[in-house]
Amino acid sequence: MYPSEYRYTREHEWIKVEGSTATVGITDYAQHELGDIVYVELPKVGARLAASQPFGTVESVKAVSEVYAPVSGEVIAANDTLAQSPEIINKDPHGAGWLIRIQLANPAELSGLMDAAAYQAYLAEKSKEAAF
Amino acid sequence: MGAKMVSFGGWEMPVEYSGIIAEHLAARTAAGLFDVSHMGEIEIRGPGALDLVQKITCNDAARLAVGQAQYSGLMTAQGTFVDDLLVHKISDTHYLLCVNAANQDSDYEYICSQNAFGAQVENAGSRYTQLALQGPRAATILQRLTSVSLDALRYYRFTFGQVNAVHCLIARTGYTGEDGFELYFSPEHSEAMWNALLEAGRAEGLVPCGLGARNTLRLEAGMCLYGHEIDNTTTPWEARLDWICKLDKGDFLGRAALLRQQQQGLERILVGFEMTDALIARDNCPVLANSKTIGRVTSGSPAPFLKKNLGMAYVPTATSAPGTEIRVGIRRHQARARIVELPFYKRPK
Repeated sequence: MYPSEYRYTREHEWIKVEGSTATVGITDYAQHELGDIVYVELPKVGARLAASQPFGTVESVKAVSEVYAPVSGEVIAANDTLAQSPEIINKDPHGAGWLIRIQLANPAELSGLMDAAAYQAYLAEKSKEAAF
Repeated sequence: MGAKMVSFGGWEMPVEYSGIIAEHLAARTAAGLFDVSHMGEIEIRGPGALDLVQKITCNDAARLAVGQAQYSGLMTAQGTFVDDLLVHKISDTHYLLCVNAANQDSDYEYICSQNAFGAQVENAGSRYTQLALQGPRAATILQRLTSVSLDALRYYRFTFGQVNAVHCLIARTGYTGEDGFELYFSPEHSEAMWNALLEAGRAEGLVPCGLGARNTLRLEAGMCLYGHEIDNTTTPWEARLDWICKLDKGDFLGRAALLRQQQQGLERILVGFEMTDALIARDNCPVLANSKTIGRVTSGSPAPFLKKNLGMAYVPTATSAPGTEIRVGIRRHQARARIVELPFYKRPK
């Protein structure tokens, strides 16, 4: 479910690093919590993102959610197909539903993120809290 | 069931099952089943029952026949809403009010405080559960579980009868803009009734629907929601609920204030709008003119059947005509929208 080569944030973004660039999206947990996604607002190519700062918005029928940059960097691509077909995020959140690609500004920031096992443990802890 | 739950007024309520869009479309094209057991019921009995109902509500309950239901407002002395409700006339001396969950206890206390008529007022919510079966296939589905002739039950009429061998108040009412029924019955039968209805409607495309679809369906149908379009600061005139406000019925709470407002004219009024820019207005977004706030969005959402982003808002009466271009403040945008006639959606007859 959660690819082992990705890193994850506590706000439910994933990042897949390839050399000095990375792809960013929201996790399967996030798309499921949001429900039917109907609108996505993404930054333009060239925008500079600071780690942990909001860079865009994902909206479902019932909710508006900001998405946060897992690490700092410059946007080198945005997933334009989401403008017409935002539901791709529901269908394939870890693949075709990616949001942006960035040029990493400070790769050392990656070490502060969770790996897949830690993220799944984090989700398990959250669902335990919700049960009480 | 795989429902996503949310806490609401002390109830654990399902927000969605298969997804709001799928549930919404099912209710428009086939049928949807809603657990609305959180809704409140207040019963008023005795020779003074009608007098009490007439005193506290703005619609004319004297016009009701036995077995008829009426949408109405529970009024403050200022002519604003304590709540909105359905008044069911069970007999000349017995009325059942269906009120909003969050207001049930305060409504009950308010009604008791106005009871100068010796009526018996009962906070009866715990004796009822409520399921809503809504959509063009609702009558076909419900008929499988009851010998009551549903063809003979017209819109906003109700009757008592057995559904799945359980005694029910069967009302042809709803909050979706579709044909449909609301069933009131004893809570111990909730689960069996829920399952029996789902089973009876399987072949017709009936799906369970959560509060999420209930909200998008009522918004698309241009219906008010307490706490959004109406509250204790808004009047029936402002909310375009003239049709439930009968000044000629005799005195009632708020009548003088409503008469005054009718004579003076309205400063603001509720409108429907559709977004022309590809952005979604949400509750509480400002309505802007020349970058100044002139109103507030009361409800805003994508409308899954009409496939538009819709909303309702209070705006100055001078800028309320259909076709008027407005702006809605959405994050850093001043998004374009156009005022349109309400309701957005009307079911085909």
